[in-house]
Amino acid sequence: MDYFYVIVFYSLAFCSVYVQVFFLVTFFEKRRSIVKHPDILELTRYPEITIVIPCYNEEKTVSKTVESLCNLDYPKDKLSIFLIDDGSTDGTWDIFKKFENIPGISIFKKENGGKHTCLNLALEKTNSEFFGCLDSDSLVHPQALKRIVNMFNNDENAMAIVPSILVLNPKNILQSAQKAEYEMAIYIKKMLGFMGGIHVTPGPLSIFRKKVFDDLGPYRKAHNTEDQEIALRMQEHGYKIDHCPDSYVYTITPDSFIKLYKQRLRWVYGFIKNMIDYRRLIFRKKYGTVAFFTIPSGLISIISVLFIFSTLLYNVYQFIYNKIIQVGVVGFSNSYSFKFDWFFFDTKTIFFFSIILYVLLLSAMIIGRKMVNEKRALSINVLYFIVIYSIIAPFWLFRAIFNSIISKESSWTLERLSLKK
Amino acid sequence: MQTTKTNYAKIFFVLLITISLFSVAVWSSYYFNTKKMDQLKAIEDKISLDLLSSETQFSLLQELSCKDISTTILSSELNSLADKISYSENNIGINNASVINLKKSYSLLEIKDFLLMKKVTERCGQKSIFVLYFYNNDVCDDCVKQGYVLTSLREKYPNLRVYSFDYNLDLSAIKTMISIYKVPSQVPALVINGKVYSGFQSVEDIEKTFPQLQSIKKNDLPKKDDSISSFVKKVVSPDLKTKSESSVSGSNTTTPAN
Repeated sequence: MDYFYVIVFYSLAFCSVYVQVFFLVTFFEKRRSIVKHPDILELTRYPEITIVIPCYNEEKTVSKTVESLCNLDYPKDKLSIFLIDDGSTDGTWDIFKKFENIPGISIFKKENGGKHTCLNLALEKTNSEFFGCLDSDSLVHPQALKRIVNMFNNDENAMAIVPSILVLNPKNILQSAQKAEYEMAIYIKKMLGFMGGIHVTPGPLSIFRKKVFDDLGPYRKAHNTEDQEIALRMQEHGYKIDHCPDSYVYTITPDSFIKLYKQRLRWVYGFIKNMIDYRRLIFRKKYGTVAFFTIPSGLISIISVLFIFSTLLYNVYQFIYNKIIQVGVVGFSNSYSFKFDWFFFDTKTIFFFSIILYVLLLSAMIIGRKMVNEKRALSINVLYFIVIYSIIAPFWLFRAIFNSIISKESSWTLERLSLKK
Repeated sequence: MQTTKTNYAKIFFVLLITISLFSVAVWSSYYFNTKKMDQLKAIEDKISLDLLSSETQFSLLQELSCKDISTTILSSELNSLADKISYSENNIGINNASVINLKKSYSLLEIKDFLLMKKVTERCGQKSIFVLYFYNNDVCDDCVKQGYVLTSLREKYPNLRVYSFDYNLDLSAIKTMISIYKVPSQVPALVINGKVYSGFQSVEDIEKTFPQLQSIKKNDLPKKDDSISSFVKKVVSPDLKTKSESSVSGSNTTTPAN
């Protein structure tokens, strides 16, 4: 058992370090290629774009989302905004009506069917060259779209470009922790972009050439993670997905543990189920980075977190078990005295490996912060992220695996309802 | 369509860096563990010297009065050594050759201390109680419990001298003790003042069997100045004075590695 534990631990640790080093080497190799757009950007070509905002009971946030789209620095006659009410039961439709007469905005109402049905309705109604989605809890930076289109103009192979997602006004520790996570994700996404291994085109402002859908078909329900499925489908067919680091979208993140838990449960559940659906890609040479790097590293990170958490639980159990035995045989003893002695400082290989992993994690966060022009290299949010996620992430990972086994889907609709509460 | 060329050079380069980092972690662990082993060896050498000094003192004192001799000063070195060996077993490895060797030396020191202190108490009529505790490192819940009981008793009765031995340690001296006292292989096993007790013994069991424990309670501790060392300072040749403070290894032990 001990040998099994050691082999599993070192294998996971080796793979985790390998992945992080790969990102770091890619960063140093490509850092001069990271696009940095000027504040005022003029494009050689302004193609027609349709952006869809699918809504289910979003009366509180959708106005600001639409206004942020209206404030985009992009020719109004080239930008169509579709507001789609997915059978809301609140005042979302009334809010939509206020925008009805603004040129470029079209509103639609349909029966509740899930986010992918809204997107597919929009795909049927549009003929523009580019197509994108914006979640109704997100606001776009005025230059975001121009920067993405500039990347499309400069790279005719790019079939989809994903933005950099940032946390909108973090108000509590949980949202601050997510801020650190999102900043790190920007770095990782850019590196995956360089490597051709992006596996998700997230809801907030990922822009596609419409040809993608003409060629590959519409969105699928995909376990309520249609943004992962379409990305995997594109990778399967060799369609390039890139990342625009200075195309900022600010999103409202869950402000309570239970909301975060529900969101992540959906994401991880979707990831696992999509991985199962697309298992034919794994370790197949023709699918490149996604097959050999993105999917395996995603699975390794899930297994690693669960492994570390199980070890931790086992240690806590052992400690409590021994304490109970001790109290049982000799009662409570208050003679415990702590004397520092460096001898008892952990010098196991595991400890030094953890240091290396944490240094690599910190490097990822520092680079992420640098990419979004944060002034200080590090913030207290990093600490919040490490502490909070170490404790709660295993729960949604365990639950997601459990749900995957019994095929219990997480509902986008219910999650939206809970987010509004 | 995207075409991504496999960059084997990069894959190999990253592999090389990862292996280097891996090696750094393994080497760091090895380096610090070796340092720890060296430290343990140094502690053992010191205790060994102290013990030799105690034996010499005892030989010197044999012709003299016992009235000022006391053995209640605890050897913190031997205690802390037990803690550290126990920690090393858990963290460096129970099968690590260096750890096993240190444990053997530690057991020998215990036996020497036991023999010396037994002589001192016999000759001087002390009220000490000697406990030889045999355990093993396999799954043994009762050994864990027995360890707590003995630690607790030792705190309560500092004159209770507990010496713990790994039953399975490949050391002829331990095997000889096992055969002398006819210690059964079923651990935990205790030898208290020469009598063998097999299986778990609770605090109450031991207190009941040895009512004389009450007479060596903590508050009955003699003043520190009554120790052998002060006696040596007062009576014996001045040459021994420098060593005398540390030489009184009226040792007891913690119970390592359950």
